[in-house]
Amino acid sequence: MEEKMQSETDTPKKIEKPETETMILNMGPQHPSTHGVLRVVLELDGETVVKATPDIGYLHTGIEKTMESKTYNQVIPLTDRMDYVASLSNNLAYLLAVEKLLDIQVPPKAQFIRVILTELTRIASHLVWVGSHAHDIGAMSVLLYAFREREALLDIFELVSGQRMMTSYFRVGGLAKDIPEGFDSRVREVLKTFPDKINDYENLLTKNRIWLNRTVGVGAISAKDAIDSGVSGPILRACGVEWDIRKSNPYSGYDEFAFDIPTRKNGDVYDRYLVRVEEMRQSLRIVRQALDGIPEGDFVERVPGVVLPPKEEVLSNIEALIFQFKLVVEGFCPPKGEVYHSIESPKGELGYYIVSDGTNKPYRVKVRPPCFVNLSALTKMIEGRLIADVVAVIGSIDIVLGEIDR
Amino acid sequence: MNEIILKNLKEKFTDSIVEVGEFRHELTIVVRKDDIVPICQFLRDDPELRFNFLSDLCGVDYPERKPRFDVVYNLYSISKNHRVRFKVRVDDGENVPSVTPVWGTANWHEREVFDMFGIKFDGHPDLRRILMSEDWEGHPLRKDFPLTKEEVMFNYNKDRPPRTVK
Repeated sequence: MEEKMQSETDTPKKIEKPETETMILNMGPQHPSTHGVLRVVLELDGETVVKATPDIGYLHTGIEKTMESKTYNQVIPLTDRMDYVASLSNNLAYLLAVEKLLDIQVPPKAQFIRVILTELTRIASHLVWVGSHAHDIGAMSVLLYAFREREALLDIFELVSGQRMMTSYFRVGGLAKDIPEGFDSRVREVLKTFPDKINDYENLLTKNRIWLNRTVGVGAISAKDAIDSGVSGPILRACGVEWDIRKSNPYSGYDEFAFDIPTRKNGDVYDRYLVRVEEMRQSLRIVRQALDGIPEGDFVERVPGVVLPPKEEVLSNIEALIFQFKLVVEGFCPPKGEVYHSIESPKGELGYYIVSDGTNKPYRVKVRPPCFVNLSALTKMIEGRLIADVVAVIGSIDIVLGEIDR
Repeated sequence: MNEIILKNLKEKFTDSIVEVGEFRHELTIVVRKDDIVPICQFLRDDPELRFNFLSDLCGVDYPERKPRFDVVYNLYSISKNHRVRFKVRVDDGENVPSVTPVWGTANWHEREVFDMFGIKFDGHPDLRRILMSEDWEGHPLRKDFPLTKEEVMFNYNKDRPPRTVK
């Protein structure tokens, strides 16, 4: 027995380097951490991602095509349905483009309320992001806290528009209706309680050792690569590029408010997290200033032929009634031309390029969805890294497939 | 700012400019299709312009016009904070030089234009459909593509005659 073992050890087998081959792994389309129906085809060498090919289009509903068959006002509800966790931002971007086309000035009161609501939308969107992102990486409790706080914001949206998510509250020339009673106190309640909640999230995550291990240095992208890939929003600011459209091309009166643009240096998942958390604080700052300074005045600019007349007038004045009827049935005709307008949505540069041929329907509407472009940089962020990082990186990009596929 | 952009461009590419328009302070320059890549390279690298960010790239269909399509480039400069819009005109079946060597982000945008309008881009590294499925026929954002057209998605047993009810 011993002899036999001896002989086996005496002639050691020559170990050849085993032949390896890569493996193709389908991640998605039905995968909980792809935030919708994103499919990523991963080519793996062991645990290392050699090649990643995102495959999108599973939620394509032809919104741009549908827009061409709707009047300008009918397009507003379609914009809600693209980035459905930040619908008011989508409303705003579209309407600013249409107002530019029509050359309309919005009254200051409407501008202030638009700012308040889009900043609350930014917070709501970031809450969905921080919750689901943390959940992807394994921190379950943050999701529950974040969605609890988001309810308060959705209640405010419901109060003003009657809808929690598909708000369509902004209209051409201003708002659909005046802010109701109780708006001020509801928003102030959020302003009072929310800073502590942000601290709670930070207590749970910012110095959490598991969180740091999963995020620091993961999915880093350089500023040069990011700009070349068209990345915008918090991801670009996490690379150290101080570009925020609210500052560089102020719209809707953003130049009247004091706020900072948070930036970081490394451009990794952790920095994106820090940038977004700080953005929530800055949004609260803007909301507080705007709420304190809501000016008196009308909530919509009554441009003849474009904006509906007040309801009391419609009920008492035949001219106003005809006017309302014509506007609802036919819509309005902006002059011939084309405009591009972009805003800083929670995800990045959200732009609308509208071509008008002088009729009551837009000839072409092209949406520049920030998520679409940011997702295209995914390849650069995960190739050559571990498969476990893929989930963390997808979460950090903050994608909404409804907007990517349109 | 618009004057500077136009002046710098005219110095180098006088013959390439087809049309210049301005609407709501937005400058639109239509250029010859074949010169789009050198023009974009110049726009990106010129120290006064520095259009380092391709905001958007899309197509527009004018079925009655010849050439039929516009390809629209919305450019932005992060460092200089100005915008400009470029256009090239292309007919059905013609190709446009790809600007992916200038801005990497053009990759997905051009795929989308190809998917939606059927405009092909020369020199694109991976020109496939992006939103529609690979076996889709037609290009949905063309004006002659009907809004409610539906493809038969499941055509298994399509050759078998339908069962008749007695």
